Amino acid sequence: GVKARKNKAPVAVSVKRLVKKLGDISDDEAQETLEENNYVAALGMSTQDAIGNGSSVSGGAVYSFQTPRRPSRMAELASELAQTPGGNVVPNHSQCPEKTARTPQSTSNFLWAALAWKCKLIPLQRVVLGKYMFLILMCVYSLLLQSKQKEFVSTTPYRLRKRLAAPDTLESESEYSSSCSEEEEQDQPEANTAVSDQKTPAKTKAASTPPHKNTLTKTKKEDKMSNLVEEYFEAHSSSKVLTSDRTLQKLRKRRLNQQTLHNLLKKVPIAYAAEIQELNQQHEALFTKWMLQLRLGFNIVLYGLGSKRDLLEKFRASVLLDVVHLVVNGYFPSITVKSILNSITEEVLDYGGSFRSPLDQLEFIIRKFKEDSSLELYVLIHNLDSQMLRGERSQQILAQLSSLPSIYLIASIDHINAPLMWDQAKLSLFNWLWYETTTFIPYVEETSYENSLLVQQSGSLALSSLTHVLRSLTPNARGIFRLLAQYQLENKDNPSYPGLSFQDFYRQCREAFLVNSELTLRAQLTEFRDHKLIRTKRGADGVECLLIPVDDSTLTDFLEKEDEDV
Amino acid sequence: GCFVFKPSAKRRRVSQKKDRGLGESIGDSEDIELRFVTCQSLWAQVKAKTEQIQEDLNKQLFDNLVNFLKLSHSEFQEKTAERTCRMKSREIPTAALILGVNVTDHDLTFRSLSEVLQNNISPYVALLEAKDCPGIKNLIQKLMGQLMNCYVDVEDEDYVQVSQKRIRCSMNSIITWYESVTKKTESTAPSEKGTSSSRHWQSPPVVVIFKDMESFTTKVLQDFIVISSQHIHELPLVLIFGIATSPMIIHSLLPHSVSSLLCIELFQSLSCKEHLSTVIDQVLLPTDFPFKLGEKVLQVLINVFLYHDFSVQNFIKGFQLCLVEHFYSQPLSVLCCQKEDTKKRVNSLTHEQCENVRRLPSFRSYVESQASEKQVALLTEDNILKGIIQKLLEDLNVYHQNYLPVLRCLHVFTSSLPKYPLGKQIRELHCACLENKVWETKEYESSLQLARMLNKSDLVTMLQQCVEIFVSSSGKEFDKTVEKLKEFLTQFQKLEEEAFQERDVSVSPQKELQKKTDLYHLQKTLLELKDSRRSKKLTKFEMLRFEVVDYIDSLVRNYLIPAHHKTLHEIVYFNRASVLREHLNAAPRTALHTALNNPYSYLKNQALKSEGGSISNKAPDICIVYKLHLECGRLINLVDWLEAFSTVVMSVEGQNADAASSDQVDDTIHARFIRAVSELELLGFIKSSKQKTDHVARLTWGGC
Repeated sequence: GVKARKNKAPVAVSVKRLVKKLGDISDDEAQETLEENNYVAALGMSTQDAIGNGSSVSGGAVYSFQTPRRPSRMAELASELAQTPGGNVVPNHSQCPEKTARTPQSTSNFLWAALAWKCKLIPLQRVVLGKYMFLILMCVYSLLLQSKQKEFVSTTPYRLRKRLAAPDTLESESEYSSSCSEEEEQDQPEANTAVSDQKTPAKTKAASTPPHKNTLTKTKKEDKMSNLVEEYFEAHSSSKVLTSDRTLQKLRKRRLNQQTLHNLLKKVPIAYAAEIQELNQQHEALFTKWMLQLRLGFNIVLYGLGSKRDLLEKFRASVLLDVVHLVVNGYFPSITVKSILNSITEEVLDYGGSFRSPLDQLEFIIRKFKEDSSLELYVLIHNLDSQMLRGERSQQILAQLSSLPSIYLIASIDHINAPLMWDQAKLSLFNWLWYETTTFIPYVEETSYENSLLVQQSGSLALSSLTHVLRSLTPNARGIFRLLAQYQLENKDNPSYPGLSFQDFYRQCREAFLVNSELTLRAQLTEFRDHKLIRTKRGADGVECLLIPVDDSTLTDFLEKEDEDV
Repeated sequence: GCFVFKPSAKRRRVSQKKDRGLGESIGDSEDIELRFVTCQSLWAQVKAKTEQIQEDLNKQLFDNLVNFLKLSHSEFQEKTAERTCRMKSREIPTAALILGVNVTDHDLTFRSLSEVLQNNISPYVALLEAKDCPGIKNLIQKLMGQLMNCYVDVEDEDYVQVSQKRIRCSMNSIITWYESVTKKTESTAPSEKGTSSSRHWQSPPVVVIFKDMESFTTKVLQDFIVISSQHIHELPLVLIFGIATSPMIIHSLLPHSVSSLLCIELFQSLSCKEHLSTVIDQVLLPTDFPFKLGEKVLQVLINVFLYHDFSVQNFIKGFQLCLVEHFYSQPLSVLCCQKEDTKKRVNSLTHEQCENVRRLPSFRSYVESQASEKQVALLTEDNILKGIIQKLLEDLNVYHQNYLPVLRCLHVFTSSLPKYPLGKQIRELHCACLENKVWETKEYESSLQLARMLNKSDLVTMLQQCVEIFVSSSGKEFDKTVEKLKEFLTQFQKLEEEAFQERDVSVSPQKELQKKTDLYHLQKTLLELKDSRRSKKLTKFEMLRFEVVDYIDSLVRNYLIPAHHKTLHEIVYFNRASVLREHLNAAPRTALHTALNNPYSYLKNQALKSEGGSISNKAPDICIVYKLHLECGRLINLVDWLEAFSTVVMSVEGQNADAASSDQVDDTIHARFIRAVSELELLGFIKSSKQKTDHVARLTWGGC
């Protein structure tokens, strides 16, 4: 929340006056939301003439404002809704969003809204409960029943389920465990509240007060006090999060590799293609304007959801064909500032020499561009905020490049925290004009390189490099590497495998008659290391451990292939 | 990942031709070019003016600095035994330049500073930035590079420049270099007297400027100071620290042992707020500049300045954007030009442009206020319209000419009132006047009331100031005003004389008061006094004061009409504040969240419409995945997530939940899920986590 608020601040100041006039601000906590609403209204009004883009949407619709969390509100709301005799769903629904808007920071309400939302999704005909059941409870039941049948575990807070659901639905409880091995005592209601609070780390102190405070009554006062303290620390401890234990393996789901994923996705039609098309046409109308502004010394940065690669490509194809331009694919995993600078010096300036440091190179480029005013270069950077380019030094160099009057930069950013890369000095060098270009186009190219969580790495690249390097080595050296690889594969089930210690390795190598002295082994290892075949790590006890930084399947493939060759 | 595209030679030639008329790129109307040229010329005007302002404002500061530098090494001039007596002190003269937090403006300041120094003090000026000097070695290297280069620049021939690589970078080599240089100038100086050496002395000091002192590593700074203090006798070094925060930083960065080696003198640069006021006063307000900013736009720019960066540079950039945007988007901006050109341009308006004029809201309301025959004429005949446009533009110009002096005059009054109901700065007053009829506001009323209580001497000085303003203004209508104000002044003078005479005649009741000591009587007289005061007629002074204030009020009502009440104001006023805010003060995160939470705001499809905080289940995959992840805590189980996702998606596709319950998730849905999750990862909402298998960590909290 903090960062988002930071982002809001700029707009906040500009409408300050308006808010002031809207007046009627009292110190009451409840009134605070009113003020925010006013603020939002003012914001919305002042930006109404914008084209139908996101910045014209008032902030309130997007973020929830931070209001002091009232933990009991959730319980209150739940009981309040539970007491309303069954009727139609509509009032409940209209009530929920309203409540969420008021205290959206409290996760419990969020969960409530999510629940309500789920209720809409799940067909109600499966519900076979009595007609006196409250509708909202029915929804919850249906959800839970269904989840039971389908082994679907929602993240509904435990307390809520306990309160609303019959005890027999609690079997799925066994599927929960905290992420760390510590046991939770879940029989006491106090502990339960603590658990549900844990789901939202970094809450205010007030957040950790037990929701059941009223119901707890004044039994043991000193106990309560100590409880409060304990709960505070429990809620704020970063180690315990309660999630289900299920893994993808249990799902008997093979991991898709990049190729099959790509093929599968190709079959999926893009949703709302017409609308996306329309959206993109709006952006394309801006091309001439961008060109003009680039020429006038501004640089342009594009933001918003969706891949902006196609848009920039189109920009390139329609306006930049007649000029010298450089396209940088920032999402490329091996891109560096050096390669960008190199392509400028080598290909744009036709200079063959080498440079001692990127700074020297930058200086050279700056000098060249200043000397020759006819030189002009358009630079397109896809994903200026990619892993490789987001470093401070890279950004500094890029900023200095972009500040040259004859270099025109147009870039795109995607990460939510991307603007944090730039301080005032860099911002003024970049001289950005921000353009919102939400495209809703899937990030196909951009994520294809990302070592995605769920995608199985084919490792074909690593494999081929491995075999190539090894082929050039002596049989003994190959044997040494084999040894290490085999040992690593034997230990592949051990998640905390630290690697093979050097001494063990030496012993094994000697036994296999591969080396005759420690020195030869060291020399061999140095060679491996130079080719990035192995990595050394210091273990906890200070012992040097050797690892092959390749995933197991690749390694297995490699060994199989080796066996074939032999 | 980098690809360079070069057009073929033939194409390039074509492009150069095209280049000349860059204006073409704006659109296809014929006066585009003219608009572009006007815009450029106006921008050049602004740029020149702001640079001039900056220079003027810095002049004082630079003069002081130059003096300091001159004195700092004066003893180096006399290369005599005197130097030996100074041997004991190893202090390096240092100027600490406090520049304020607007880091972005510093660049310009330093650039002009080094220019000034190079012209007046010494050719040896080095400008160091923290980012270039991670270690002492880099620092010395950089220093040498800059010093030797600038040397080459000055003398440019017959100096064999040894490649930097071969010189060992050390203080010693700098010293030998310095000696050789000064020796050479000594030998050459007699022969080419009156050129460069006349401006500098025989052995000019070496000035090292640390641009951003705070960001230097302490170690580097300390080392450099200690080392150079050892050599101060061979090398007349002067340091200049650029400081953004406060002078205390020197002591927190440098331990006493090091800071004692410095002889520091503080210099304070002009505050950026003053700078801004000058810029607004001299660039935005003057009547001879045809382009004007509307109230909201100006407010946005000022707010960005006050609440974000204090950067005048950025303010000017924003102004440039307004200029460009106005000329780009308003076809009638072609008329927004200097007075002399107006006539020609109005006459050459095309029919289409005339139609554009007719479409302006302000013009329409003007037409409606006319007699019906005239209305017809205005709407059908271009020539008559052109005549009217000419007249209206003239009116607008006159309005501007009158506006400014009255605004200044009002500012004289309001800026001295207690609590400043209308603001202290003229820009606030300007905004208030642009926004609404200022005389209808509460603030104005209260300030008038306060003005009615001003004492005589203040009032007189203010009136005098107003007279000056009106006399110096170009408006023709103000002769009468000046006369009137002068009349007021003479009346005040007369009053004073009268009062002087009356003073000894009248015996004030207060004096009587002193005689009586009886409590009852005292009370009685006090009551009487009160009654008499209440019923008392206003004194002559008070009458006059009321008259003055009323007169000022009438001036305000006459001349400070908000610009948007004027016909054809659209031509010269830029009012699209939202555009400005969008491009200068964007909120990328808001846009992302909006798109994820409420795709309907972008994709106008009824299926996506949803009420309140919920989201339609037909939303794009990434929105659904995002919405689902909002429910989770710090860690998210991928399996659960996947199943939740497939439940939602399948319910949309109309598949019965029974069919889906077969435990296996469809491959396509799996693939879609993978894509959406990796997109969320790219956007920075989640990252992979090793804490538990098949879990990802959530990187945002709560709803945002």
